[in-house]
Amino acid sequence: MARGVTIDHVSFGYGSGPVLDDVGLEIEPGEFFAFLGPSGSGKTTLLRLIAGFGRPSSGRILIGGRDVTSLPPWSRNVGMVFQSYALWPHMSVARNVAFGLERRKFSRAEIARKVRAALDLVGLGPLADRRPAQLSGGQQQRVALARTLVIEPDVLLLDEPLSNLDAKLRVEMRAELKQLQGKLGITAVYVTHDQEEANTTADRMAVIDSGRIQQIGRPVDLYDRPANRFVATFLGTVNLIDGRIESGRFFADGADGLVLEGIDGAAGPACLSIRPQDVTLGAASAGVAATVAAHEFLGGIIRYRLRAGAHDVVVDVPHRRSAEAYAVGTDVGLILDPRNVTVLR
Amino acid sequence: MARDLIAGVQPRPHDPAMTVDAAAPGSGTSLAARFGASPAQIAALALVALFLIAFLIVPILRVIAVAFTGPDGGFSLVHFGDFFRTGLLREAFWNSIYVGVMTVALASLIAVPLAAIVARYRFRGAAFVHTLGVVPLVMPPFVGAVAMQLIWGRNGAINLLLLDWFGFRIPFMDGLNGVIFVEALHYFPFILLNLSASLANIDSAMEESAQNLGAHGFTLFSRIVFPLALPGYVAGAALVFVKVFDDLATPLLLNVTNMLAPQAYLKITSVGISDPMGYVISVIMILCSVGAMALAGLTLRGRDFATQQRGGGGLSRRPLGRAGTIAAACFVIATLLIVLSPHVGIFLLSIATVWSFAVLPDGYTLAHYATIMREAGPLIGNTVMYCGLAGLIDVVLGATLAYVVLRTRLPGRKLIEQVAMSAVAIPGLVLGIGLLRTYFDVKLPNGEALATFWLMLVIAYAVRRLPYALTAASAALQQLHVSLEEAAENLGAGKLRVLVRIVVPLMTGGLVAGFVTSFATAAVELSATLILVARSADAPLAYGIYVYMQSAAGRGPGAALGVVAVVVVAVATFLAYRFAERERGLKSREVF
Repeated sequence: MARGVTIDHVSFGYGSGPVLDDVGLEIEPGEFFAFLGPSGSGKTTLLRLIAGFGRPSSGRILIGGRDVTSLPPWSRNVGMVFQSYALWPHMSVARNVAFGLERRKFSRAEIARKVRAALDLVGLGPLADRRPAQLSGGQQQRVALARTLVIEPDVLLLDEPLSNLDAKLRVEMRAELKQLQGKLGITAVYVTHDQEEANTTADRMAVIDSGRIQQIGRPVDLYDRPANRFVATFLGTVNLIDGRIESGRFFADGADGLVLEGIDGAAGPACLSIRPQDVTLGAASAGVAATVAAHEFLGGIIRYRLRAGAHDVVVDVPHRRSAEAYAVGTDVGLILDPRNVTVLR
Repeated sequence: MARDLIAGVQPRPHDPAMTVDAAAPGSGTSLAARFGASPAQIAALALVALFLIAFLIVPILRVIAVAFTGPDGGFSLVHFGDFFRTGLLREAFWNSIYVGVMTVALASLIAVPLAAIVARYRFRGAAFVHTLGVVPLVMPPFVGAVAMQLIWGRNGAINLLLLDWFGFRIPFMDGLNGVIFVEALHYFPFILLNLSASLANIDSAMEESAQNLGAHGFTLFSRIVFPLALPGYVAGAALVFVKVFDDLATPLLLNVTNMLAPQAYLKITSVGISDPMGYVISVIMILCSVGAMALAGLTLRGRDFATQQRGGGGLSRRPLGRAGTIAAACFVIATLLIVLSPHVGIFLLSIATVWSFAVLPDGYTLAHYATIMREAGPLIGNTVMYCGLAGLIDVVLGATLAYVVLRTRLPGRKLIEQVAMSAVAIPGLVLGIGLLRTYFDVKLPNGEALATFWLMLVIAYAVRRLPYALTAASAALQQLHVSLEEAAENLGAGKLRVLVRIVVPLMTGGLVAGFVTSFATAAVELSATLILVARSADAPLAYGIYVYMQSAAGRGPGAALGVVAVVVVAVATFLAYRFAERERGLKSREVF
């Protein structure tokens, strides 16, 4: 049964400085929602508050419209998958999965049936009698998932669930996770510091830093239209250029007289956020004059570091075997479509 | 020299795959190449093996052989038949088992709540509990036994008060009760420390995931916390049982002779070293000791969980309510008072003129300290010399063995390590009997038997304490990443230079801790001592305390000596602790 989650003006803090500062957000029923932020941002703390590990110093948490702020963890019916999996080493896989059902007073036959179904769901049916220590990391991860899903929680909480897996498995598991969530139609909240993970799995996400929500939205919207410098830099490489807007033109700070035409926005100081792939390199005569200072071969793309007056600009160009890279020292022109520029204040 | 040079350029031995490659046929199949060890390392391992064979394996085999040798010199079970036909010995056997089990039970009653309080709750008295975990260990049980009689005995302080106020007594110290009570008060820290360590290793996510799935309160404890902490409890309980089984002096001082250790001692000392019954009892003691360890191992098989996953750090502590705090404080204070009673008792006894049939001594004096100032010099001197030498032997052997086990692939190194560790399960009394029997016929140039030469005490202590030093050395070496040695070799340092400049300096803390632990525990060892001391001039402090305590007139000086011993052990334990702590601090900064 999918239920939404409401975080209503939640603050949390011990000692010096709050860990979470007046956080508010709404997670829709059946939505896959990610908390994305650097370590220490408070994203895991927020997830733990939803699970009931810790109480907000102010504010409320509602699950399916019901205020659970003062409920202990064991009365909330939210399932949490821990970063370390937290499989109990003294119980078999099946006993681990059955644990939550035993607490819920199902008949023995019912428990056996549900455990089998849950293990089949994650493809581990044959390993029911193993001990957790006998499983690989990926298998342990699936057991942790089965153990949580089997209780049919209102909300599925995932705390960096893929961080202990190797890179290849991580990509597989995140697709599987997304597919499973869609199939079950369950509300999922996913904590990660990896933007790629958030981008690929989440319907919407909240970027969190220093205990505050920086921006909420669809991954592509956050990438294309960051609300501030933090979101712009956290979600990939970006050129940030400070200056001021006057009647549709942007004048960069500094004595070099870098001017961009066609920038809409209220007059006054502004910062432009430009993704490296949104700039095109052309002949020296076209666009803004720049010189190649360095280039890196990254596989699919070549990343140029260009000098435009007093400014450094990073530009990504798709790499093709047939095209030669611009040599260091070459004069080029930077061509920019104003539609691809975000104005930050 | 040339060979050393060759060994120096071999791949490092810690990586089995690399070393196997190095031993490929044709690449010079010297021992060094085959096992990734230099001749010096092989010689060092051989030396350790020789020591263990001569002073642990042979003496124990000798004891077993004598026990199974019939009157006609062949193999026979006749002595074991005699053992079980003799009422007194049968009784002694069951008494020893009973005392061991009951001591574990009583020690658990003290230790388990203490460990639970500290691990689960935010409790300001936690520091007190940590003190509780150490205080009993600085005084061996036999030292406090007599003082315990005066406090808890039939005519002791507590019962006199009870009789006065309520008209009844409680038989705390009557017969076997006394042994159980004294031993439990002394040995419960083994359970407390092991259980606490186990609890501290449980990842808090283990508990949180259970809560998340709907468990709390007793279910959470019985299904998750207790099973995960069980290994620590069982290890502690087995250790307590073995220690109690081995303790000879406490029952003797409490006038309890119908137990196995006192019976073996009395047979050997009164009938003589040729009486087979002493050996039969010894074999049975070994069986019980090893059996208890094996049972513990069996219980824990497959339970050797590494719950210390990433993000561990122990259970989350929760606040205790007002009532809970009061209850916990009462329990801790009451336990502290009881646990301190032998210490208080021995101190009072050491400054008492007369203390008999009275709640407190009749008067106070420093005369006993004056007495021991006059008489105890040689006792203390002997203890310092014996235990210092034993500690030194242990550190050298322990560090050598640890190095060979962790840094080479020499065959048999694991076996030798296990033999060294098995000394934990061999009762001191049995080792003493074995050494006595084995080396009685080996004469020194002056005609004296090697068995009765004071050096035998040093050897007995060294064998008995080697496991401590070995554990300390292994721990120190394990924290020392092999890359530190490789870096030095890479910069051109030879094996010996690496050992002297890099390995030993970085292991110093662990080695010192190992030395001090060996020293402090050997200083109060009495089971092997009672068997091996041949004349009073050779006697160490523990023996002196025992002899003084046996006579009513000697109790005062005996107690004063006991206080001296407690101070020595306490200071040594403190130093060991400080060294270990300092080392841990250094390590965490230096490496990783």
